[in-house]
Amino acid sequence: MNPQLTRRRFIKGVIASGAAATTTGAWYSATGQDRPSGFVERLIRLNVNGQTRSVDVEPQETLASTLRYKLGLTGTKLGCNRGECGACTVLVDDTPTYACSVLTHSMKKGRIETVEGLESANGDLHPVQQAFVEELSPQCGYCTPGQVMSAVGLLRANPNPTREEARLAMAGNICRCGSYDSYLDGVMRATELIG
Amino acid sequence: MAYMHIGKDFTPPDVPGKVTGRIKYAEDYTREGMVYARLLTSPIPHARVVDIDAAEALAMEGVLGMLTADDVYPDGEPQSTGLKMLTNEPTLVGEPILAVAAVDEKTAETAISRISVTFERLPFVLDPLDSLQPSGADAYNGGNTFVFRQGFAVEKWSADQVASFRAGNEPTAEPQQTVAYGDLEAAFGESSYVYEGTFTNAGYPHHSMEPRSALAYWEDGKLYLHGGSQSLTAFADGIAGVIGVPKEDLVFVNAATGGGFGQRARAGSIPIYGVPAKLSQKINRPVMMRITREEEFTIGGARQGLTGWLKVGFKPDGVMAACDLWMVSDNGGKGGGADAYSAADCVSVLYQADAVRFRGTAIGTNTAHRGAQRGPGQNQIAPIISPILDAAADELGISRFDIRKINTPMTGDVGGPQRTPFTSAYMPEALELAAEQFGWEERQSRRRQTNGSKVIGLGIGQGYHNAGRSGMDGIVMMSPDGRLKVHNGVGNLGTYSYASTSRAAAEVLKMPWERVDIITGRTDLHLPITSPQDGSNSIFTNTRTFYGAAQDMLAKMKEIAAIDLGGAADDYDISNERVHQIANESIGMTFGQVASRAIELGGKYTGSADLPEELAEWTQISVSRLAGTGFMGVFHDSVHEGNPPGFTVSCVEIELDKETGKYEILDLINVAESGTIMHPKGMENQLVGGAVWGIGLSGYERHLYDPQNGMPASTGYWQSKVPTYLDTPVKIQTGWVDLPDPENPVGARGVGEPAQGSVSAALTAAITDALDGHIFGASPITADMIINHIAGTSENSVPLAQNNFRG
Repeated sequence: MNPQLTRRRFIKGVIASGAAATTTGAWYSATGQDRPSGFVERLIRLNVNGQTRSVDVEPQETLASTLRYKLGLTGTKLGCNRGECGACTVLVDDTPTYACSVLTHSMKKGRIETVEGLESANGDLHPVQQAFVEELSPQCGYCTPGQVMSAVGLLRANPNPTREEARLAMAGNICRCGSYDSYLDGVMRATELIG
Repeated sequence: MAYMHIGKDFTPPDVPGKVTGRIKYAEDYTREGMVYARLLTSPIPHARVVDIDAAEALAMEGVLGMLTADDVYPDGEPQSTGLKMLTNEPTLVGEPILAVAAVDEKTAETAISRISVTFERLPFVLDPLDSLQPSGADAYNGGNTFVFRQGFAVEKWSADQVASFRAGNEPTAEPQQTVAYGDLEAAFGESSYVYEGTFTNAGYPHHSMEPRSALAYWEDGKLYLHGGSQSLTAFADGIAGVIGVPKEDLVFVNAATGGGFGQRARAGSIPIYGVPAKLSQKINRPVMMRITREEEFTIGGARQGLTGWLKVGFKPDGVMAACDLWMVSDNGGKGGGADAYSAADCVSVLYQADAVRFRGTAIGTNTAHRGAQRGPGQNQIAPIISPILDAAADELGISRFDIRKINTPMTGDVGGPQRTPFTSAYMPEALELAAEQFGWEERQSRRRQTNGSKVIGLGIGQGYHNAGRSGMDGIVMMSPDGRLKVHNGVGNLGTYSYASTSRAAAEVLKMPWERVDIITGRTDLHLPITSPQDGSNSIFTNTRTFYGAAQDMLAKMKEIAAIDLGGAADDYDISNERVHQIANESIGMTFGQVASRAIELGGKYTGSADLPEELAEWTQISVSRLAGTGFMGVFHDSVHEGNPPGFTVSCVEIELDKETGKYEILDLINVAESGTIMHPKGMENQLVGGAVWGIGLSGYERHLYDPQNGMPASTGYWQSKVPTYLDTPVKIQTGWVDLPDPENPVGARGVGEPAQGSVSAALTAAITDALDGHIFGASPITADMIINHIAGTSENSVPLAQNNFRG
């Protein structure tokens, strides 16, 4: 993630553009359909799930919008679209990142991974996905892709976390069904599967 | 009883799709030619639309059309408090006024910014007691309350009556509703400990993770609607009427729903799905309506707030003699509910009081739409009543555990104002199990132990909700390949009950699970009607229907075998996917052969004749479309006897910091008593999920409104705080009693709702315990309230007010 682009700076930028001036404008800003006059659209290349994807990106477009509406990667969910819930979590250079709260233009040098990129070429589930199935971690499932990505990010950084460490690492992902305990069971099971 | 599937873990077929992101929610779909709808919503809490000037907007390039309340309700809006699709008479901020469709969302949004709506501002009110004042504003255009089948009305108290209630006294006004049983006066006369006080339960938003986005398009005269609901066929059945499309012409597509906790169960809660449907019809294009988090707050619904007074009396032996409840319900700007009545019902059921009286009045406020939300009423009263039991126990010299055992419901008891007998009730066993697994007695020595500024508190609590209905339909099919297809109309909201209930059919036919297909996710797969998936009823209700449908298929299998192989149907049994003679198992047919023969025979074997007479209209349509296509078992469930209860018991240990008002939950157990356990992993999920909701109810979630302008201040996840990983214990213990209920063929009842109430009851009791028995009479109890109490400072809020920092 671009260290220069903090969430606060991003929000200030959006507000300055006027796109988030109204409640109903929040979606408008997130879909990046605002086109300030004189600005030249750019076809940029993104590294998504190990593939280079060329995509036409608007200046204020968030990564979540690009993934969902331009690249068809709808596994990344939008729960709040304002950095509260974590349903849109993806990995950028192995770091769990709220895709609703970063601009796609800032991701040009990043290695982006979404939930669709976790399965192996032969269709085997990633150990975190497999563990979440075995432990029946999801309930409604809407937050699950974000939970999966946060867990994958955690286990890459710390393959053997304690349950308490996992709890802290997953704390940015809300589950309204309250399935936290089952997700933590899943993370601990994943550590066993990864070995 | 040894079961093949019941009580065994399995992987519901949608789980891999959830961990890979492949399963589709409504907003994940696209359609060729799809355009986008945006909503213009009310910026003020109470108003009347005088004029809409959309000429400039409609002339814009890319704008395809507009929908207003006049389009939707050409004969005038329904005169009720229920949610409208669109309205000219908004009664809360954010209520949808009109929708615009355009080629993209920016164009739709820009068009909305160019629409001039002239509003007549009307007085608004945020607190029911303010509205009851003689000069208080009325939330609705016809008054401040709605009387069923009569219409809007005005309800006022004298200023002295309101002031007296706010001061903590029993309301003296005439209630709208009174329900009572037993001799209240005599029961209080027998009481040696009487608690009397006021309380508040804050309303708070539903806040499902998936906003209520929807896609609609019309093809060949049929409406295809992609949305999220708790109840697949029950919802579709209702939304057809809301939109005004014949049931046979609606295809509702709903493979998965991103959270449903009451307000996604019934069509009346989501009339907004009619907006893309009607816009699509008007402009002849597929219409996607994406809903933002802020819009979801408004249309997503919320729990009723309750403002109450109660008086509870206990006899010297700890028996609850009497409970007198008086509650004013906050019905918000739309909707309402029976939370207050349910709260009284719950006290009657859980504590078996000799005499109970409930008095209540429901008043509107210009705040979020209210309706069913996980254990409506039962769960609000749980954290209020539990500390009172503890106070009585301490006063009477009885242990906190024993006072609950003394008052426990059990099989043979009755409950509620109607004095309905339980189908079964194993609460004593649940209490014992929870206490034993938690080590309740062993932990008593830790009560109120201090460590610096921190103090230990212990709490035990119980939860209840009626957990079963009947009268629904079931369909199972079999094709010549011998696979069983369970046509299941139960929605997929994450409880996996659509799969668990299907296993009742597999059990009857002794089918390996891998040979069973669950047909669900969209209504053009021809699914039977089910009860709305709310009120913890799905497991009880729909195991009855699918068990019955499979029994019908089993009986037909035996008949066919007898026809072809001789003898009588009773001479046959099934095993290993064969129907065979009991006396000589080598004489028989495979299920596939039976299915083929059934199709040849037709008539009742394929759903073409001799159908149950009471099938619902929705089921009749489904059966008519399936008829002749395969071997069919079909069943209409009769009405069951008694009240199938769902019970839970919880124990909590907390460490409360008197310097910060924060507490950490050190340990928590949630134990279910819900008959036979169908699916242990699913049960665990309900118990841990309910626990998290209980933590939110006791400590965090509430509506906040700006009193100056009536603007909601809790539209996001952090203002009405949903508990996170860090607000919940590192590990939640679970357990269950697992004894069968006689009114269900596999002994099962539901549990989703009480799983919240018992944890809230136990947690609030633990907070009270840590603070030397101080009873707040509130949910939530926030850190501010705890600090104020410890410091001896008064709370900066109007007593008993709703939608502010206390209530």
